[in-house]
Amino acid sequence: MFGYLVGRLSQAVVVVFVMSVIVFVGVYAIGNPIDVMIDPGATAEIRENLIRQYGLDQPLWRQYFTFVGNVFQGDLGRSMVYNISVTSLVFSRLPATLELVLVSVTIAAVIGIPAGLYAGYRPNSIAAKLIMALSVLGFSVPTFWIGMLLIMAFAVELGWLPSGGRGEVGNFLWFQTSLATTNGWSHVILPAINLSLFKLGLLIRLTRAGMVEAMGAEYVRFARAQGLPDRQIVFSHILRNISIPVVTVFGLELGSTLAFAVVTETVFNWPGIGKLIIDSILQLDRPVMVSYLVMVVILFVIINLTVDLIYARLDPRVRLKGGS
Amino acid sequence: MTAALELKGLTTRFQTRTGHVTAVNDVSFAVQKGRILGLVGESGSGKSVTGFSILGLIAPPGEVCAGEVLVDGVDLRQLREEEMRKMRGRKVAMVFQDPMMTLNPVLRVGDQMAMAVRVHRAMSKPAAFEEARKALDAVGIPAAAERLRAYPHQLSGGMRQRVAIAMALLHSPSVIIADEATTALDVSIQGQILAEVRKLCDQTGTAIVWITHDLAVVSSLADDICVMYAGRIVERGTAQQVIDYPRHPYTRGLLDSIPARHAPGTPLPQIPGSTPQLSRLPTGCPFRPRCPKASDICATPPPTHAIDGQTVLCHHPLERS
Repeated sequence: MFGYLVGRLSQAVVVVFVMSVIVFVGVYAIGNPIDVMIDPGATAEIRENLIRQYGLDQPLWRQYFTFVGNVFQGDLGRSMVYNISVTSLVFSRLPATLELVLVSVTIAAVIGIPAGLYAGYRPNSIAAKLIMALSVLGFSVPTFWIGMLLIMAFAVELGWLPSGGRGEVGNFLWFQTSLATTNGWSHVILPAINLSLFKLGLLIRLTRAGMVEAMGAEYVRFARAQGLPDRQIVFSHILRNISIPVVTVFGLELGSTLAFAVVTETVFNWPGIGKLIIDSILQLDRPVMVSYLVMVVILFVIINLTVDLIYARLDPRVRLKGGS
Repeated sequence: MTAALELKGLTTRFQTRTGHVTAVNDVSFAVQKGRILGLVGESGSGKSVTGFSILGLIAPPGEVCAGEVLVDGVDLRQLREEEMRKMRGRKVAMVFQDPMMTLNPVLRVGDQMAMAVRVHRAMSKPAAFEEARKALDAVGIPAAAERLRAYPHQLSGGMRQRVAIAMALLHSPSVIIADEATTALDVSIQGQILAEVRKLCDQTGTAIVWITHDLAVVSSLADDICVMYAGRIVERGTAQQVIDYPRHPYTRGLLDSIPARHAPGTPLPQIPGSTPQLSRLPTGCPFRPRCPKASDICATPPPTHAIDGQTVLCHHPLERS
């Protein structure tokens, strides 16, 4: 177990390193941030000074090593646009995205898994067909459109909920979060529903597929032959088997939602990290892009590791071996 | 004496796109307490469906549409679903072919067994584990207490099948239906398990229906034998009668194709053709196209002949030679 963790962590370090090189080179190739940043009418002298100030006159490899050296000292650089440190910029936005994503994946799991189980248990019932039809909508209707509909219905027409932005922030344990206030919840609920729809559809289909397969499995027949009631067969025997693929996809979805909640954040004017990255790409804000992408890589590595650990808990046939 | 299990005219149909298919056709037999009945036939002859029909585990599009299933004189087909569920595992248990697949791979053996104990008897978890341990001891599993903590994949095939048999024995049922229970195992393990089953059956008085395609297995294990073909029982008698004096040409063919019954080097006789598709059965006797004795009269439904309790469904039953 310990050997496995060490192996996985060293793997992660290599992944992060390779990824940082790719991102650095890729961002370098996009364009010169100076062209965006300064007034086209500025003199060549000002331009030269600025280029030197950001170290953009150095060869690429030296820029990279300066960046890596700074990272090791805990300095991810300064945003060229906001002129504050990237670390504080990212951490000022991260909590908003985290709470949005947490609420939305919780909605998806709490509704999606039971709905999928039922749809797989009684595949020919009307309710099951309704659930499946909804799941198709969940993944095929564009997020931004549903978001606007939600705003139209609940904010504009009914006036029950605010149309966007993040609510008041309160204290919960050591965190400052808008989930600690009623006002915060009223703001988070619409975007969270919007963000959860795709995942909801995905979880329903995945759970249903697993359930349908399991219902035909020999071990379910055997459990029936022992006289176990269906409820116990589903919850004690099947649920554990089908949670293996569900956990995998859930983990990956969690990661990609955290990283790319941008559409919903834009529609609901949610001050999260997705909006930050889009802005920084438009403005060629290199340090923010690089740090953000490297952070996303680290996030995925952590999520994958967690999924693997949960996997080993769920499926006794999976052995966590050290090294590879 | 009421038989532990008696089937009267059991018929199971499946609805398919092309119409009804009768997988089990008017099957009747009885098994007394402590006796073993071998139910023999090729794949697709309806023997497994018979097993599932007895337990009431036929799911749509299939349906048991006629007949009685009497266990200790009680007709299971008259029971409501919830009462039927309480019979499963307690009065009638089943063991399946593939020991790799029948145990849940993600649950410990002990947890699965304890669940099977507690579903029919109100008792604490530790008490249920103790029951499970005793059951494993009874089927000859060494270090039973340790095995309870193992996952199925940590046990060998033979061990897993013993676990499945132990689970079937948990509530000392009146009847156990064993569907190809040793087919997937090594011959040596198979022998051990058969001996074990015979012993347990004698001790507990449990009646067993041993479903197999292997006449050699039942000839050494069973007291009585039923031979199934295309959903019907074509021959029925004591094991000795059926093995020594088969009267149906199909039984004869099955026996002749057992390699051990021939001198080495002689060609092995076989039954020509293969099991007919149930949706396209010929009129009259379904074995007609493959039968060496077939004549024109075989296009009409075959009559039943009975001698000394041995019954055969055929126009041209073989004489005792």
